[in-house]
Amino acid sequence: MIEFTFWDIVRNLLLAARWTVLLSLAAFIGGGIVGMIVLFFRIAKNTWSRRLASGYIALFQGTPLLMQLFLMFFGLPMLGLRIEPWTAAVLGLTFFASAYLAEIWRSGVDALPLGQWDAGASLGLHYLQQLRLIILPQAFSITRAPTVGFLVQLIKSTALTSIIGFEELVRTSNAINNATFEPFKVYGLVALIFFAMCFPLTQYARSLEKRAAH
Amino acid sequence: MAFAWLPGAAGDIARGAATTILLIAVTTLAGTFLSILGAAGRRNGPVLLKRAIAWYVEIVRNTPFLVQLFFIFFGLPSLGIRLDPMLAAMLAMTLNMAAYTIEIVGAGLDAVPIGQTEAALSLGLRPRQVFIKIVLPQALTVIYPALTSQIVIMMLESAVVSQIAVRELTYEADMLQARTFRSFETYLVVTMVYLVLSMALRRLLVSGGRHVLGAGVS
Repeated sequence: MIEFTFWDIVRNLLLAARWTVLLSLAAFIGGGIVGMIVLFFRIAKNTWSRRLASGYIALFQGTPLLMQLFLMFFGLPMLGLRIEPWTAAVLGLTFFASAYLAEIWRSGVDALPLGQWDAGASLGLHYLQQLRLIILPQAFSITRAPTVGFLVQLIKSTALTSIIGFEELVRTSNAINNATFEPFKVYGLVALIFFAMCFPLTQYARSLEKRAAH
Repeated sequence: MAFAWLPGAAGDIARGAATTILLIAVTTLAGTFLSILGAAGRRNGPVLLKRAIAWYVEIVRNTPFLVQLFFIFFGLPSLGIRLDPMLAAMLAMTLNMAAYTIEIVGAGLDAVPIGQTEAALSLGLRPRQVFIKIVLPQALTVIYPALTSQIVIMMLESAVVSQIAVRELTYEADMLQARTFRSFETYLVVTMVYLVLSMALRRLLVSGGRHVLGAGVS
């Protein structure tokens, strides 16, 4: 049996945490891009497009993320795509994030007075210009706090990808725990690492919220 | 896609769903009760208690539920606290939910005007009566929608407790797909069951809230 010192455990966990960070970033960026598309559908003038986007959001917000990951992991090979845990994890979290981000930003768009659209139109801007120059910058700006808050949720959600076999922090900690039989120490450290990643963001979201309230 | 296995599996799925419902029912009751105590403690308790509750909330909110679950199920036995999977799941879910609902209940308590407390005290009610009979019902009415969302989120999160072999819906799905070799179809069916459960739960909570707390609840 290999002996693990305390620092071996910490070092291995920190190395694995890189993957947690990378996955969170990839899912946040991917989710932002797909979320923008969903947002366009969600706020379009066409009723069917709005309904479609609402259904998409309700589907992802009404089912467990773990199920979404399983469907991604087992479903894509049925379409003939060979799939690695990394791909399933990124895609699964991307779609999950897109639904939440679209809904957050939609609330920002809804919060703007309709006069903003009218003012844009009266300046001769067409729909896309109104969105790009007037509506979206304001909508993003007032929803910055919940967006950062969701990033925290996303980072925590990456833990679930360990279940479909992606080697991130939690999966590595399971392996270390199986070798050392020190679950209290190992999972305590994992919690600490997650806390170190999430707490600053939570504080940042809180400060944004306070600033918005004034 | 093939669903020939489905009729034979309906019993397992129903049993799993029943366990999921039991888990969320216990969590809702225990979590709400704990969060009322927690929110009251954070407002009016001694400084040390206030600080402890604040830390508890921060720690739980900034770490994944899965890690909390593993910590409780695998980690606590080394302190001599051994829980069976079901109990560990209920404890983890309750502690997780309370951390979120303490904030929600706290916001509700803040939303009740101080004049309500003063009026009740001037009528000769004791502080505890004021809290239970005057402040708390008004606070709950205000926060009920947020509480409802949190309960539904927790129900979806409970899929994770399959990882410590609690025989709930996801666990049954894992067993089924190992038996039928129809992974995608199995998880698709179970995902739809979750979707129906979450929509039904939300509707039940809204109509139940209207019934108990009055018409102001949405």
